[in-house]
Amino acid sequence: MRSVAPVLTVLAVIVGLWYLAVAPMNIRVALNQAERAGAEIVPEGAVQRRQTSVWRLMAQNTAFVSEGYALERPRLPTPVQVGEELWKTTGKMVMRGRAWSKRSLIYHGWITLQSTLWGFFLGTAVGIIGAVAIVYSRVADMSLMPWAIISQTVPIVALAPMIIVLTSQIGVEGRGLPKAIISAYLCFFPVLVGMVKGLRSPGPSQLDLLKTYNATGLQTFLKLRLPASVPYLFTSLKVGIAAALVGTIVGELPTGAISGLGARILIGDQFGAPLAIWSALFAAAILAGVLVTLLDVAQRVTLRRMGMAT
Amino acid sequence: MMWLAGALVFWACAWAGNVALANSPWSERLGVRLAVPLLFGVTLLVLWEGLVRAFGVSPVILPPPSAVAQTFANSTDILWQDFQQTVLKGALRGYVIGALAAFCTAILIDRSVFLTRGLLPIGNFVAALPIVGIAPILVNWFGFDWQSKAAVVVVMVFFPILVNTVQGLGQSDAMSRDLMRTYAASYPQTLLKLRLPAALPFIFNGLKIATTLALIGAIVAEYFGSPTRGMGFRISTGVGSLSIDLVWAEIAVAAIVGTAFYGVVSWLEARFTFWHPSQRQ
Repeated sequence: MRSVAPVLTVLAVIVGLWYLAVAPMNIRVALNQAERAGAEIVPEGAVQRRQTSVWRLMAQNTAFVSEGYALERPRLPTPVQVGEELWKTTGKMVMRGRAWSKRSLIYHGWITLQSTLWGFFLGTAVGIIGAVAIVYSRVADMSLMPWAIISQTVPIVALAPMIIVLTSQIGVEGRGLPKAIISAYLCFFPVLVGMVKGLRSPGPSQLDLLKTYNATGLQTFLKLRLPASVPYLFTSLKVGIAAALVGTIVGELPTGAISGLGARILIGDQFGAPLAIWSALFAAAILAGVLVTLLDVAQRVTLRRMGMAT
Repeated sequence: MMWLAGALVFWACAWAGNVALANSPWSERLGVRLAVPLLFGVTLLVLWEGLVRAFGVSPVILPPPSAVAQTFANSTDILWQDFQQTVLKGALRGYVIGALAAFCTAILIDRSVFLTRGLLPIGNFVAALPIVGIAPILVNWFGFDWQSKAAVVVVMVFFPILVNTVQGLGQSDAMSRDLMRTYAASYPQTLLKLRLPAALPFIFNGLKIATTLALIGAIVAEYFGSPTRGMGFRISTGVGSLSIDLVWAEIAVAAIVGTAFYGVVSWLEARFTFWHPSQRQ
C-alpha cells in the first residue's frame, strides 16, 4: 500500500507530459483546419507550414493552440478524448441496450477474450504436459527443451498469416482457432519453464521421505511434486495470460480480421480514425489488467488455502 | 505411401536413437547434448516432408521443406534485401536506441526511491500489455520507411529493459554497499564498481526478452505500410499472391535471425557475467 502515492505521482507526471505533447503533435492539423474555416494563419498554406518547426508555429499562432485539444482526427488525442471514446463505445451503448452492437468495444473485447482464453487453456495444457514429460523423461528433456527455447526466438508474427492460411485451407471456419493457436504458441513457454522449475523444486530429503513411505511414482507426483509446483504455476500463469492476449491481438492485426480489439485497431488505421485505435488499445490494456488481477486473486486464495501464503 | 512409410520409419529410428543416446553413459558430453535436439529437429522436417508428399498437399497450402530450401537458395538477393531493411535498419537500430534509453532512464530514476517505487508497478504492467497495437499509430507519425519500424521497436523493448535494470540496480546487498561507504566511494564509483556489475544478470535478462520483441515489432510495423521491401512486407504480399514458398523462406530467415540474435546476447551474457552461479560450468 505504501507505493500508492508514488504510483499515482508517476501516473500524474505521465498524463501531464501527454497533455503537453498534444499541442506540438496536433498544431499542424489544427492550423490546417482553422485556415480552411477562414482564419488568418501566419505562414499561409499547409505547404509553407511544413517547412516551419512546430514550436514556431505554436508561437506565431497562439490563439489556435487550444484547437489542437479538440480535433476530430488528432494525431495524438488527449486522455480525456480517449476516455470519452471508451465510454461512448462501452458504457453508453450498454445504457442504450446495444452492448452487442458491432460498434461496441464490449462485443470486440468479448471476441478477443474468447480467443485469449482458448489460447490460454491450450497453451497451459501443452506447457504442463510438456513440463511433466521433461521432468520424467531424459529424452524429452534433452530434445524438447532446446526447441522450446528456439520456438520463442522465432517471431510469431511471421508465422501468424501462415497459420491462418493453413487452418482456413484445412476447412476450419472462422478465425477463433488460428488466433487461439497463435496465443497458445506465446503462452505455453512461460508455463512450461515455470512448471519444470516447480516440479523439480522438492528437495532430495522430501523425495527420500516419500520413498521411505513406499510411495509409488504416481503418489509422489500427486502428493509432492504437483502441490510443490503450484506457486510456480500461478506465477507463470500470470505471465502466460498476458502473453496469450498479446498473441490474440497479433493474430487479429495483420490478417484482415473484422471483429476483435486488434481488428478495431486495424480498421481504425484503414479509415483514419485515430480515436478508435486509441480506445481499442486502452480497452486491451484494461482487459490485460483485469485478467492478471483475477489470476493474482486466485493465486492468493489458493496459496492461503494450501497453507503456502507468504 | 512410400513417403509416409519412410517418414514414419525414420521417426521410429530417430526416436530409438535419441533414447539410446540420452540413456547412454556419454549423455553429458557436448556432442550428445547437441545431437539429441538436432536429431529431433531433423525428424520434424522429415515428417513434414513425408506427410506433405504422401497426402499430396498442394504447395499453395503447405510447401515441403525441400521446396522451401530451394526457394531460399534461389532468392537470396531478395531475402538479403529484406533482411537489411527489417533487421539491420528497423529492428537493430530500434533495439540499440530503446536499450540505451531504458538504461539511462533506469540510472536516472534509481537515485530516487520514490520514483522507483512508483515506476516499477507501472513498468511491469506496461511490459505485459499488447504494445504491438501502437504500430499503426507510429507508422502514421514517422512515415513508411525504417524510422517508424525503429520507433515501434524502441517502445516495445523500453519497458522490459527498464524494469529489469531498475530491479537489478537494487540487487547489491547492504553489506557490500556498506563496504563501499567505508571506502568513501562516491556515487559513480559505487555505481560502476558494485551496483552495475551486480545488476548485469538482470539487465541481460531484459536484453534477451527484448531480442524477440524487437523482431516482432519491426515485422508487425511493416504490415501497416512499408517501402516495397522488408520481411513483413514480403510475408503479407506473399500470402496474398500465393508465393507461399517465399513466405516460408522469410519465416526461416526470421527464425534464424531471432535465434542468432538471442544467441549473441546470451554469449555476451556469458562473457560479462561469468562470475554468476547460473553461468558456472
